[in-house]
Amino acid sequence: MGLLEGKKLLVTGVLTDGSIAFHVARLAQEQGAEVVLTSFGRQMRLTQVISRRLPKEAPVVELDVTDAEHLEALAGRVREHVDSLDGVVHSIGFAPQSVMGGNFLAGQWPDVATALEVSAYSLKSLAVAAKPLLGRGSSIVGLTFDARYAWPVYDWMGVAKAAFEATSRYLARDLGPDGIRCNLVSAGPIRTTAAKSIPGFEAMEGGWPDRAPLGWDVSDPEPTARAVAALLSDWFPATTGEIVHVDGGVHAMGL
Amino acid sequence: MAYTESEILEGLAEIVSEETGLPADSVQLDKSFTDDLDIDSLSMMTIVTLAEEKFSVRIPDDEVKNLATVGDAVSFIAGAQA
Repeated sequence: MGLLEGKKLLVTGVLTDGSIAFHVARLAQEQGAEVVLTSFGRQMRLTQVISRRLPKEAPVVELDVTDAEHLEALAGRVREHVDSLDGVVHSIGFAPQSVMGGNFLAGQWPDVATALEVSAYSLKSLAVAAKPLLGRGSSIVGLTFDARYAWPVYDWMGVAKAAFEATSRYLARDLGPDGIRCNLVSAGPIRTTAAKSIPGFEAMEGGWPDRAPLGWDVSDPEPTARAVAALLSDWFPATTGEIVHVDGGVHAMGL
Repeated sequence: MAYTESEILEGLAEIVSEETGLPADSVQLDKSFTDDLDIDSLSMMTIVTLAEEKFSVRIPDDEVKNLATVGDAVSFIAGAQA
């Protein structure tokens, strides 16, 4: 029996077959889950095409996490495919180029606000929108990049991730009484489309593979996807508000 | 079965036309995706993905930035079929 046998999952953030979320969806299906994807606007078409590369083509529902009407309609749209959800994967982030790539001091509030809304506040929006479908024992999992540190070029996206991590803790607090967990996977750098859109991303890869006691392959999303699958499963029943590092061990090293 | 370069051009033109709304006959070998056809990175990703499926080839991300013109893409796909 698969780790996620019979689970129904909503997975955001599948854009290409290199997306971390694509590998989460693939693994989840391999482990017995039924998956519904979200996408929005012009990306919908690409997500639909990419969905055909999953073991089983998954339906794609429209969700722009900054659109109140989309959020309101989400539960209904998901119910067209599954009657309830056991898990939600948040793999959404965006910051305008003007607030990344070494532009920290020049960052202007409207662009910073966009980064915070799409990348951090959206975890709350998504959780609340999906809540009518989530029962006891269900799990929300998001993806972060260790926000305790200042990184090269990450700039306001790093600040957004700090807010994202805090949002996860408050969701853990407020959804816990309903038996809903909320956890994050803090992954090392992975060369996805999203990563490549960060100007100077190579600087973040830095010496990661050398610094990681276990080594680190920037082209392999599998370890991260496995951790997400594990947190979606029933094998972390008393864990919430947690951040699991999947980074080869870099977070634990001083030098 | 390998596609000929003219079949690849025809298939690619259909994909580009469907994605962008441009007439298929405007998709010529010497046209630049960005400068002549005004295709942005998201449309390019969609076109590449559809082309991969249509011609049963893999076009790695690192290769996409080298495909400046329609002709570059046709040549790459023709070579990748082998």
